[in-house]
Amino acid sequence: MSTTFNRRDFVKSAGALGLLGTSAITGCASVGGVAKPRVVVVGGGFGGATAAKYIAMWSDGKIDVTLVERGDAFVSCPLSNLVIGGSKQMADVTVSYDGLGKRGIRRVKGEAVGFDADKKTLSLADGTTLSYDRLILSPGIDFMYESLPGLASADARQKVLAAWKAGPETVALRNQLTAMKDGGVYAIHIPKAPYRCPPGPYERACQVAWYFQQAKPKSKVLILDANEDVVSKKGLFMKAWNGQYKGIVEYRNNQEIQDVDARTNTLKMSFGDDVKADVLNLLPPMRAGNIATQNGLNNSNKRWCLIDWLTYESTAVKNVHILGDALQIAPLMPKSGHMANQHAKVCAAAVVAQLTGEAVNTTPMVANTCYSFIDNRNVVHVASVHRYDAAQKTMVTVPGSGGLSAEANTAEGGFANSWARNIWADMLA
Amino acid sequence: MNPVKFRGGRVPALFGALAVVAALSASAQAQPANANLGRNLAAQCANCHGTNGRSVTSVPSLAGQDAKDIVARMKEFRDGKVPKATIMHQLAKGYTDEQVALMAEFFSKQAE
Repeated sequence: MSTTFNRRDFVKSAGALGLLGTSAITGCASVGGVAKPRVVVVGGGFGGATAAKYIAMWSDGKIDVTLVERGDAFVSCPLSNLVIGGSKQMADVTVSYDGLGKRGIRRVKGEAVGFDADKKTLSLADGTTLSYDRLILSPGIDFMYESLPGLASADARQKVLAAWKAGPETVALRNQLTAMKDGGVYAIHIPKAPYRCPPGPYERACQVAWYFQQAKPKSKVLILDANEDVVSKKGLFMKAWNGQYKGIVEYRNNQEIQDVDARTNTLKMSFGDDVKADVLNLLPPMRAGNIATQNGLNNSNKRWCLIDWLTYESTAVKNVHILGDALQIAPLMPKSGHMANQHAKVCAAAVVAQLTGEAVNTTPMVANTCYSFIDNRNVVHVASVHRYDAAQKTMVTVPGSGGLSAEANTAEGGFANSWARNIWADMLA
Repeated sequence: MNPVKFRGGRVPALFGALAVVAALSASAQAQPANANLGRNLAAQCANCHGTNGRSVTSVPSLAGQDAKDIVARMKEFRDGKVPKATIMHQLAKGYTDEQVALMAEFFSKQAE
């Protein structure tokens, strides 16, 4: 607590107000004892839920943890492309938050909108204020709609979907595909990197191709990539597009767009003719989530957040830590759910150390594992290991570590499903 | 490097006392810079092997396994001696012997 008045003043004023013995005046978690340090976490995704769980677990209840999340349950982006392809249902990628309550974590349902760095309070859209000693934001991404005037209206965004945050849009995109006539074209537009989940758009193209192969064999998948080349797992995806999906998938690089006409499902290309699709799936350019960009934390190119890689504390605002896709990533570090879960543990260890007077670990490591489904059973991975480099003050990959699958295989299909269940439990159970 | 462990057996009193001193000093040298380093390193494995090494799937649990076995298995992965390895041979190359020993030590102390 940063309050300057001493205990005697506190007792006098609290007594005068008739509040002695309640926690309301200070927001203390314990009554009559020593107040516990308070951590408030915003965002119950791979980063935030993991941070909340690990701080509760590693502090052994000595830190009061609150998780602010707007959703009723966690919906996983990883594996949600299989809902679009039709081999999984939403229930398969949805997990309850109840497990966190069993760990003593308080969950507040709401939308965090801002914070006061001096008073160390977080405000929610409904007017609630929460006090913190350390604030952890895991806000994910939001879209830069300002670059696409054609998506200014909510109607346009419900017609030309991104479906890049798993949830109702995942189902809506699936419904567009099932409603499409055989012989139609599904087009996905990929923005320039960095964006959330580098291999995700290519996996989605595979899942839609797999669905067409089963149900609508005359239909086509068109990948319009703003990047110069396939951003992730290139050889493995190309093998699928030129092999089992030959004649269904077409890949085009350097496909930058000016705008979109949602009424006619038409992309206005920077170069060349307009492209029209029966189902148009547009991933707009991305930046750190709104609470970060609306409160001055997006200090890298006004898009992403810079942090201290030992603690994940923002370089813009003290006592505010940031995790996951919102970060200005270190070299070769993908924006992935797995990575966010790993960020969260380094941050949790640092925050517990800071709040209990221990030394912060100066040699953190993180690893990434990312599985992509080529069809409903065959999977490919990319993996990497990263260590902190004290001289460069960033994370660097360990030479010789990491790599890709040799080829798509069903063994990794099993491991990918197993990975999902273990990481969801690691966050939420 | 694991701290030296004493197993039973009778030793002359003086030798025993010296051995204890030696063990304590070896143990002090083996201490990582941060007391929680083993725990923190092991947390990287939880995404696939479960929190504290307790897997909820058919992927092997690491909790309660003998540290020596974990170290040996990681070395086999790193040296390319596990024929059907899919990913662990790539991840194992990311860690030093000391880091693997600290992770193994942590997992060996977790309840199965």
